[in-house]
Amino acid sequence: MTSTHSASSSPSRAGAAMTDSSHAPGADTGAAKRAKTSGLTDDSAGMSYLDSLPRRLITVMLPLLVFVFVLLFPFYWMAITAIKPNYQLTDYANYSPLWVVGPTLDHIKYLLFETTYPYWLWNTLYVSFAATAISLVASVFAAYAIERLRFKGSRWVGLGIFLAYLVPPSILFIPLALMVFKLGIYDSKLALIFTYPTFLVPFSTWLLMGYFRSIPYELEECALVDGASRWQILIKVLLPLSIPGLISAGIFSFTLSWNEFIYALTFIQSSENKTVPVGVLTELVRSDVYEWGSLMAGALIGSLPVVILYSFFVDYYVSSMTGAVKE
Amino acid sequence: MATVDIRAVTKAYGSTPVIHGVDIDIHDGEFVVLVGPSGCGKSTLLRMIAGLENISGGEIRIGNRVVNEVPPKERDIAMVFQNYALYPHMTVGANMGFSLKLRKAPKAEIDARVNRAAGILGLSHLLDRFPRQLSGGQRQRVAMGRAIVRDPQVFLFDEPLSNLDAKLRVQMRTEIKELHQRLKTTTVYVTHDQIEAMTMADKIVVMHDGVVEQIGAPLDLYDQPANQFVAGFIGSPSMNFIKGKVQVNGTAAFVTPSGAKFPLDRVPEGAVGKDAIYGLRPEHVRIDPQGVPVEIVVVEPTGSEILAIVRVGEQEIACLFRERLSLAPGETIHISPQPGMTHLFDAVSGQRL
Repeated sequence: MTSTHSASSSPSRAGAAMTDSSHAPGADTGAAKRAKTSGLTDDSAGMSYLDSLPRRLITVMLPLLVFVFVLLFPFYWMAITAIKPNYQLTDYANYSPLWVVGPTLDHIKYLLFETTYPYWLWNTLYVSFAATAISLVASVFAAYAIERLRFKGSRWVGLGIFLAYLVPPSILFIPLALMVFKLGIYDSKLALIFTYPTFLVPFSTWLLMGYFRSIPYELEECALVDGASRWQILIKVLLPLSIPGLISAGIFSFTLSWNEFIYALTFIQSSENKTVPVGVLTELVRSDVYEWGSLMAGALIGSLPVVILYSFFVDYYVSSMTGAVKE
Repeated sequence: MATVDIRAVTKAYGSTPVIHGVDIDIHDGEFVVLVGPSGCGKSTLLRMIAGLENISGGEIRIGNRVVNEVPPKERDIAMVFQNYALYPHMTVGANMGFSLKLRKAPKAEIDARVNRAAGILGLSHLLDRFPRQLSGGQRQRVAMGRAIVRDPQVFLFDEPLSNLDAKLRVQMRTEIKELHQRLKTTTVYVTHDQIEAMTMADKIVVMHDGVVEQIGAPLDLYDQPANQFVAGFIGSPSMNFIKGKVQVNGTAAFVTPSGAKFPLDRVPEGAVGKDAIYGLRPEHVRIDPQGVPVEIVVVEPTGSEILAIVRVGEQEIACLFRERLSLAPGETIHISPQPGMTHLFDAVSGQRL
């Protein structure tokens, strides 16, 4: 389909170039001028209602500002709380809650040097990477088999995987806990690395199935005729074309693992094996004492890696959501 | 190079048969075109030769080997797909060398063969580009280059020109024909365009609803269509079919319900007095003062020729004149068929009489 489109678009481009060049010599300057002015006072409708400034402010800028404010305010709150001295934290009468006087790094110092926070960060990173890698490999095979091998009942398997994704973790953790105990991996990183794929694999499989579907079937048939085996088709043709899909599945998996809470809470007991979301909440809240400063510092630092990851791959991520393979 | 023998091949999807027992002999080095309207099973047949579809019954031989159960990669064929199916993430050179690389050919040999194929097709300066940077015609050539590089026993083309614009299509048609004359590799070419079939083929196979209607050289099909379907499919503008009866009243003639009499070249046995279909190609109609009077309905001049639609009774006939005639709608002219250029078909079975 894409090739049809591009094939038909090239002559039209040539046509456009021709009309351009016919204007260029300026033999008929009057016509050229007319063309120019009509270009300026284009009375066509479409998006031009956005042109006047006051309208733009109200229809575009204002909603955008509200949106951005709603999204970013929690981060701002986290950031200022993390550097507020303790005496300012709840004293709204004497200090503005929206501003900091005499910022301090005490909370961050406490977090990094007097708690096991660095361990949590490392654990989260380690578990997220391992779980993501396992899930991606499994999902590639699953998605390829369901989407392209078309075995009997492949549709039902696809549906089954999707349904598995719908089982909430708060129910699934009970049988999983049993398995984790029996396998003897309770309170270790392995407990999380092996349980996270229960929700990552269905999700990534579903995403990759959609992506594989967008790759023309002829490419695979052509590779078959060219003498490639199924394995070679997967490695040399399909995967190189699925990189955007793999990246977005990877980012999603990584984020989901990074933020996972229930399994990390139930399967990990010792302080140095905890992940960031669980650690921050269980170790920095002592009965009814909330260490707000360190809590917020922990949350802020904990969210940075995901932000960085997203910002690097945002292009791939968007293209995999919107598009197919362009030939 | 090899022969391809197709013997009583059938294909069914579930319980729906799509190809009903097809027999085709393809000789070594022959250019065979499978042609027919969409849904006639020609692409399915090609894909069965390629090994991309299972064969439900019968047998296909490439060379002397039955390939029914042989996977595509061991059939020693190369296929050009309708949308080219170039690997978007590989350069032109890598695309062309991919099959050799899979066979683990030495790099020097791959380069030599890719360069040779690129030279033949005029792609040498494009080897480092990616498919998305090429025009439609160039992509088409790369797809052919990929087939040439392999030096296979059989080339398979699946409507390779249908994504090109009309002008390029004519040019590529010539190029493919030249290529075949040069390489002399057995070729099976699928198209729905009868002009492509006529211009390129050594042998045309006309298919319709999963059945072979006729096999023959292009001009044989044009001159001696076996049935009404082939007669209507081959040739452009397509043949006129006039309903009427064969009558012998002194001289034998074909008489339409409105009483117009067309001359017959010969009177087939047992056709006298029966309903029949009179086939007359538009280009075989000529002005003849002694001919059948007809009324002009529409005149379409194209410069080199004039297409006129005329009416005989309730039936319309297309006529193609190479002369610059001044014709106007509503006028009456007299026409007659060129002698020896008429066809007669059975009104029921559509078979040639």
